[in-house]
Amino acid sequence: MTEPVLAIRGLQVRFRTGDGILQAVKGVDIDINAGETVAIVGESGSGKSQTMMSVMGLLASNGWAEGSVKYRGQELVGLSPEKLNNYRGSKLTMIFQEPMTSLDPLYRIGDQLALPLTTHGGLSKTKARERAIELLELVRIPDPKRRIDSYPHELSGGQRQRVMIAMALANNPDVLIADEPTTALDVTVQARILELLSDLQKRLGMSIVFITHDLGVVRRFATRTYVMKSGQVVESGETSALFASPKHPYTKMLIDAEPRGRKEPAPAGAPMVLDAKNIEVNFATKSGWFGKTSHVLRAVDNVSLSVRAGETIGVVGESGSGKSTLGRAVLRLLPASGTVRFEDRALMPLDRAGMRPLRRHLQLVFQDPFGSLSPRMTAGEIVTEGLLVHEPRMSRKERDRRAAQAFEEVRLEPAWRNRFPHEFSGGQRQRIAIARAMILHPKLVVLDEPTSALDRSVQKEIVDLLRDLQKTHGLAYVFISHDLAVVRALSDEIMVMKSGKVVERGTAQDIFERPKEDYTRDLIAAAFLNQQEPDATPLAS
Amino acid sequence: MVEGAVLPAEVLKDPVVGRSLWAEARGRLVRNRAAITSIIVLGFIALACIFGPLLTGHPFDKVYPDYVKVPASLEAYPKADQIEPNVERVASRVRAKAENIAVEGDKIRVTLVGQRPIDERLLAYFERSDLFGAAKVTERADEGRRMVVDVPIKRNYFFFGTDTNGRDLLTRTMKAGQVSLAIGLLATFVAIVIGVIYGATSGYLGGRADLIMMRAVDVLYSLPFIFFVIMLVVFFGRNFVLMFIAVGAVEWLDMARIVRGQTLSIKRQEYVQAAEALGVETKGIIRRHVIPNTLGPVVVYMTLLVPKVILLESFLSFLGLGVQEPNTSLGVLISEGAKNIQGATWMLLYPSITLVTILFCLNFIGDGLRDALDPKDR
Repeated sequence: MTEPVLAIRGLQVRFRTGDGILQAVKGVDIDINAGETVAIVGESGSGKSQTMMSVMGLLASNGWAEGSVKYRGQELVGLSPEKLNNYRGSKLTMIFQEPMTSLDPLYRIGDQLALPLTTHGGLSKTKARERAIELLELVRIPDPKRRIDSYPHELSGGQRQRVMIAMALANNPDVLIADEPTTALDVTVQARILELLSDLQKRLGMSIVFITHDLGVVRRFATRTYVMKSGQVVESGETSALFASPKHPYTKMLIDAEPRGRKEPAPAGAPMVLDAKNIEVNFATKSGWFGKTSHVLRAVDNVSLSVRAGETIGVVGESGSGKSTLGRAVLRLLPASGTVRFEDRALMPLDRAGMRPLRRHLQLVFQDPFGSLSPRMTAGEIVTEGLLVHEPRMSRKERDRRAAQAFEEVRLEPAWRNRFPHEFSGGQRQRIAIARAMILHPKLVVLDEPTSALDRSVQKEIVDLLRDLQKTHGLAYVFISHDLAVVRALSDEIMVMKSGKVVERGTAQDIFERPKEDYTRDLIAAAFLNQQEPDATPLAS
Repeated sequence: MVEGAVLPAEVLKDPVVGRSLWAEARGRLVRNRAAITSIIVLGFIALACIFGPLLTGHPFDKVYPDYVKVPASLEAYPKADQIEPNVERVASRVRAKAENIAVEGDKIRVTLVGQRPIDERLLAYFERSDLFGAAKVTERADEGRRMVVDVPIKRNYFFFGTDTNGRDLLTRTMKAGQVSLAIGLLATFVAIVIGVIYGATSGYLGGRADLIMMRAVDVLYSLPFIFFVIMLVVFFGRNFVLMFIAVGAVEWLDMARIVRGQTLSIKRQEYVQAAEALGVETKGIIRRHVIPNTLGPVVVYMTLLVPKVILLESFLSFLGLGVQEPNTSLGVLISEGAKNIQGATWMLLYPSITLVTILFCLNFIGDGLRDALDPKDR
C-alpha cells in the first residue's frame, strides 16, 4: 500500500470552556490515500468536524490540537499559521456546509475566486481571471463569462456551493475536505453537487474527505468510511462491507435510524378538521412612503388542502416552493386569499382578535429547535405560555402541574422544566417545542420541517413521538418537509409542491411507488430512497 | 458554543434548577479580573460618596475663612508655622501684643501685653478663628495689661486641601461624586426605560408605525443638545431634577435605536412567530419575548451610558448650566480647579482623579459585561 496523502495519528482536540476543559476528539487515527473518497460519519457532537478543522488549523480560539497530522510526511500540528498557509488553501482545501455565508457578500465571485490563485498560485490578475472562468466552467456554472462578475446574492444556493468548490479546486489540491457540503441544499441540488464532486475527483484525481451525517450520501460515494462517536472512531472499513455487516452497535444504530414504518390510515369518516380552498399568497415588494407595489411574487398559487382528524397531509417540495408559506397561510399567520374552514367556522373573515380563541386548536411546530425557544425563558415557562393566553385564570400551581404533564407526554423528565433551552440537546428542544403545541390540546398541528435540523437517530424518536401523540389525541397534522423518508413514514396523503403550485397529490403509497410527474420522480431519485427498504410494511404498533 | 462541545447528557442530569443565561454570564464576569476589580473600586467610591461626608467632620458647605486654599495634607491643620502668625493676628484684634508663644501639645500658652487693660470679652476672637478654641485666662498682671492665656488648638484635617472659599475639598469631592453618580444612574435609568419601550414597540410593530416613530426620534436628534438644555433652563429654572430630564430625554434616542435594531432581528426569530401562533397579544410578545432578549446589549450600553451622562453633566456644570452652589458636582469642582491650576493644583487633581477612576471603572465593567453576555464576540 502506498503512503497515505494525509495521515492522522492519535489526534486529540480540546476546548477550554466555562465548565473546564472539554475533550472533543479523543485520539483519532485516519488515513486518506491518494484519489479515494473517505467519509467520516457521525452525529452532531461526535467530533467529526473538529477533527478536520484541526487538520486545517481552523479550530476556535479556545481549542487546541495534540497528536500528529502528516501531509506527505510534513507534520501539520503545531505549525505556525504562516507555514500552514503553504498547505491549506492550496494543497488541502475545504468547503463548508453553508454556502450562503462562506462567500463574502461584498465581492464579486470572480475576485473571490482569483484570490487563492494570486496568493498561492502566483498568477497575474488577467491570468487569474482566465483561470477563474475555466474553474467556473469546470463546476458547470452556466455562462461563466457573465457569471464571474456576479455578486454572491445573485446566485442560488447550489450555484454558490459550486463557486465554493471552484475556489477549493483553484490550486489543484491533493485533498478536498467537504464538511456537510450538501446539507443546506435541496435534495435535487444536492444530488447534482455530489455528482459533480465525484466527477471532478475522477478527472482531477484528488482525495475527498466527506464529513456527513447522511448515510445515503456515504453509501453512494465513499470508498471507505470512518464512523465517529463522542470523539472516537468506533468503526472503519470499506463502505460496502461496513454497511453490509456493521459490527459496532453505534454503526448498526445509525444505519437503522432511517425512519421506518408507515402510518396507519385514519379511521374512515373522521370529521373534517381543516378545509382550505384556493389558497393564494402574494408577497408584494413595496417602495416609497405609501407603498406603491412594484413587484408581486406569488408564493402560493391556488392550492387546496383538507385534513381530517387523525390524518396527516405531507407537503413536499424544495426550498422556495411555498410549502412553509402554505402552512402559515392556513393558520392565518400570513395574509392570504381563499377560504379556510376550521371545523364549521370560516377563518378568513376573522381578524387577529377573532382568531385568538381559535389559536389553541391550531398549532405550529418549527424547524429550528434552537431558534424557536426564547433563550431567556425556562422550558416550563415556554411550554405554558399558551395557557397564559387561553386560560388566563389558571393558577400558577396548576400551570406548573400542566407543564410537568406535558413534559411527561413528550417523554422529557418533568424535573427539567426549570432549565433553560440552551441546557437541552437539539432533540430535547424539539420535544419542548412539541410540548408547547400539545399543552393546549390542539386539533390541528402544522409541523414545519420539525425533524430537519436533527440527527437521524433523533429524527426517528421524534417521528415516533409524533405518531404516538397523533394516535392518542386524534390530531390532524400538516407535515411540511423536504425529507422524503420522514414524510413517507408519517403521511397518509402527500402533496408535491413546486413554485407555489401543487404538481402532484395522492396517497403516500401512490406517490412513492407510482410517481406521475417527472419532478416527483427527480425528488425521489435524489433522496436515494429507492435503494432502501424496498418492501416496508406498515408499522405494527 | 462550538460544535462538538455541545453539553453532553451527563452534564444535564443533576441540577434541576436551570442555569439561566444571566447566571452563566455572571460566572464569566466573575472570572474577569479587571471587571471585578472595577466593581469593587466603584462600590468603594460609591459607599465613600454616600457615607463619607458624614465622617469627615466637615459639612460640605462649611466655610473656613482661615483655611482658604490650603494644600492637601495628611497632617492636621494648623501647621506649626501657622500658629504664631495667627496668634499674633488674633492678639492684634484683642488690641494686645503676643509674647512668649509656647505650644504645649494641644494648647498654646501665650502672654498678651496691651498698652491699656485688655478687655477680656475680646478674647472671644480666639474662638471665632478656625484655629483655636475658647481662651482661658490663667494669670493677670499689671491691672490687666498683661495676661497669660491658655488657648486650645482646634485640629482640622484637610486630606484633599480646601477650595477658594476654604471648604474641605474631600467632603466636597464626595458630595460631588454623590451628585454625579446619582445623575448618571437616574438619567441612564430614564433613558433606558423610555428607550427600551419605545424602541421595542417601534421595531416590533414595524411598517408605518415604525416609520413614524423613528422619524420622531430623528427630529429629536436634530435638536442641538445645549440649545435644548438652555431652553429647559429658561422654562423651568435651574433645578437638579431638570438635569435628569434633560440628559435622559436626549440619551434615550440612542437607546431606542439600539433596541429597535435588536428587535428587528428578534422579531424574525421563530420563538416570536411561535408566540404569535399561540395567540399571544402584541403587548405580551414585547414584554415576554422581545424585551428580555434585547437586555444583553442594553445592559452593556447602560454601563457605557452612565459615564457618558456623568461627563455630560460635568460639561453642563462646567459651563455653569448645571448644579448650583453650594451643591456641587465633579464637573463644577473640576471647572473651579482648572481656574486655580496655578496656585492650587490639588483643587483640579483630586476631583479629576475621582472622575477618571469612576469612568475607568464603568468602562471596564461595561467591557466585562459585554464579554460575559456575548461570549461569541471574543
